[in-house]
Amino acid sequence: MRISRRILAGLATASLAVTATSCGGGGTSGNFDDTVTVGILHSLSGTMAISESTLVDTEKMAIEEINAAGGVNVGGKSYKIEYIVEDGASDWPTFAEKSKKLIDQDGVPVVFGGWTSASRKAMLPVYESKDAFLYYPIQYEAQECSNNIFYTGATPNQQSEPATDFMYKRSPAAGGDFFLVGSDYVFPRTSNTITKAQVKQLGGKVVGEDYLPLGNTEVAPIISKIKKALPNGGIIINTLNGDQNVAFFKQIQDAGITPSSGYYVMNYSIAEEEISTIGPEFLEGHYGAWNYMMSIDTPASKKFAKSFKKRWGADRVVADPQESAYNMVYLWKQAVEDAGTFDDNAVREALVGQKFDAPQGPVEVMPNHHLSQTVRIGEINAEGGFTILEETGVVLPQAWNQKHPSSKGFACDWTDPSKGEKYRL
Amino acid sequence: MELLLDSLFNGVAIGSVLLVAALGLAIVFGLMGVINLAHGELMMLGAYTTYVTQLIFKLPILKPFYNSYIIVSIFLAFIVSGVVGILLEKTIIRKLYGSPLETLLATWGVSLILQQFVRSVPLAYGTGLVISLLIGLFLPTIFPSKIRESINYKYFKFSSWIFAALTGVLTGSVISSSVSKLSRASARNVDVTAPSWMRGQVEIIGTAFPKTRLMIIVITIISVIAITLFLNQSAWGMRIRAVTQNRQMSDCLGISTEKVDIITFGIGSGLAGVAGVAVSLLGSVGPNVGGNYIVGCFMVVVLGGVGNLLGTVLASFGIGIMTDLIGAGRLLSIWPDMPLPLSNTINFFATTSMARVMIFALIVIFLQFKPTGLFPQKGRMVEN
Repeated sequence: MRISRRILAGLATASLAVTATSCGGGGTSGNFDDTVTVGILHSLSGTMAISESTLVDTEKMAIEEINAAGGVNVGGKSYKIEYIVEDGASDWPTFAEKSKKLIDQDGVPVVFGGWTSASRKAMLPVYESKDAFLYYPIQYEAQECSNNIFYTGATPNQQSEPATDFMYKRSPAAGGDFFLVGSDYVFPRTSNTITKAQVKQLGGKVVGEDYLPLGNTEVAPIISKIKKALPNGGIIINTLNGDQNVAFFKQIQDAGITPSSGYYVMNYSIAEEEISTIGPEFLEGHYGAWNYMMSIDTPASKKFAKSFKKRWGADRVVADPQESAYNMVYLWKQAVEDAGTFDDNAVREALVGQKFDAPQGPVEVMPNHHLSQTVRIGEINAEGGFTILEETGVVLPQAWNQKHPSSKGFACDWTDPSKGEKYRL
Repeated sequence: MELLLDSLFNGVAIGSVLLVAALGLAIVFGLMGVINLAHGELMMLGAYTTYVTQLIFKLPILKPFYNSYIIVSIFLAFIVSGVVGILLEKTIIRKLYGSPLETLLATWGVSLILQQFVRSVPLAYGTGLVISLLIGLFLPTIFPSKIRESINYKYFKFSSWIFAALTGVLTGSVISSSVSKLSRASARNVDVTAPSWMRGQVEIIGTAFPKTRLMIIVITIISVIAITLFLNQSAWGMRIRAVTQNRQMSDCLGISTEKVDIITFGIGSGLAGVAGVAVSLLGSVGPNVGGNYIVGCFMVVVLGGVGNLLGTVLASFGIGIMTDLIGAGRLLSIWPDMPLPLSNTINFFATTSMARVMIFALIVIFLQFKPTGLFPQKGRMVEN
């Protein structure tokens, strides 16, 4: 075991040396003065590979676009972006290990990576102890604000809160009772705590909630609970994960829990990619809430979808997580150019206040290392996309949720040394 | 009354999924004593067979019969999983009889191989491979023994394997060129859509029941009846029971234990394939689908008493009804004004996660008192 590890390490350094020399060679040729190597760290194997590989594709595309437009200009020199892709293997300790490797061995100035909250929580201590910088692109439960992570996905107040508001006030089931369904892990439980507080504020009623253990697809008890709690239809908030959604939607449709009988499901984890997997015939008439939807009718959105299809195949789709991944590469480039150096501390300072015309519309980096974003509510249509019903203005991110009992009244501000990670408003 | 009916139906529905999944294992583990960790992956093959059949029935020639694809796929799934099971028995398990630990490790390895196989081989060629196996294994046996003896049997076998390989490659490429979805390998989960006559619900005595659940219950009942008849009425069933009870003695009396092993394992694996069809109606079909059921299968077989079909049946319905009773908090609606501490406890366990905890705890307690399950039976397990 020990020997094989040593051999592996030797092989790894050898291959690194090869890439390093080839990078150097590539950098001086062409129109660039130098090269900079960034890290990409997502699962390329294991259960999360299906989702996370789309982010790798998007990040590669963004880097290629930047290189084609002249690379990164720092201190009057143009840099070509090279990347090292590492596989987190859907295994959370591996994410931490590979982060160490990227920071220490490869010396990358930035790592783009992660999907699940578990992988982020595993990586966080690494980046904090080494004072390195991770860019994390997924909508998540918030309740976290690190000086060493930059979050480009939505916080609950940029997704679930406007969605709950829509369901209670303006959906066909307006004023109805709520039933909450989720997979049994941190995101659904935190998200539902927030939803319960919000529904109470709105004057509505949560009549039940249930969590399905990951990997379990037996939803019959949940269906009988829904039927008992909501005999005449109502609002279901769904935070189930991955293929548990398939079992859920197949079985509720068979049990007569459909939009035509007055049950409307609002989903927080179903984007275009998932709709095509589950099948639009099971989802038609239900809702989703995201910052980016492929059906946004603006030139920036169309260009994003078109170049992704051109690069990776006409049958591919783009969805919200990919858009976040795309934005973060561009925001990093802008911050580096403004800072005039690749140094983490200078880039971190320059990052706050960066604006970018993203496919979803303008976004801006806030002092709490999250993005201000637009929220959209869409109805799932028979073509497997969203029909956008409403669009909020720009919503500011709350790293500490103002409806969650444990974080009410707190905020995060990394531009002011006296405030930092968590201060009382 | 309506509540009771609803609860009973739900319990039976959950139980029948468990039962159909565990039935094959009850035979392989119960009668032969083989711990087959690849049982879940044989189910997965059955589920993928349903998916492939569905796509093939969408071709213009078969389009008029599309609605019946699910019936056809039950038989195909039985054959596919059965053939893979027989291959497994002939190549690996036969050499490991009597060493449970090695069997466990080997079958676990097989389960990983099968999972990776569906991820990285296009399903069209996977189908081709199964067809080659089917022809290669059975072509030599269908000719009468006179013909087989007249030529050198080795050449005969060899040439039939060549024929099988060619047919396999041919069907593989025909399928891959006509159904584009099957021509590329993908780790992505796929979806089986029930034909329209199986979607929605039917009303029985004022209560609506989902049709897919009824279908699964029907599949389960037919499988149980068929397997009981086979074991108790047919000559081969009698031989299987004889070998189960005393292998050496049966061998002495002229029963070909080798053949009995192949048949038993083939039938057990085939039933796993049928379970795969049932499971594909409930959720999505992916490489990991079998892993979700394997623990439940072993739980049912152990609880029911190894080597006893009646025990397996009762155990799975028992677990199903308990899951519904605890998980959906039925006790509260049956007895609304129970004392507060009791109702709080019941409420605490009335979620899917906690209901699972409760059921496992109850099974552990039960096995403390009856370690051999509901219906212990003497057999090969006891002999050793």
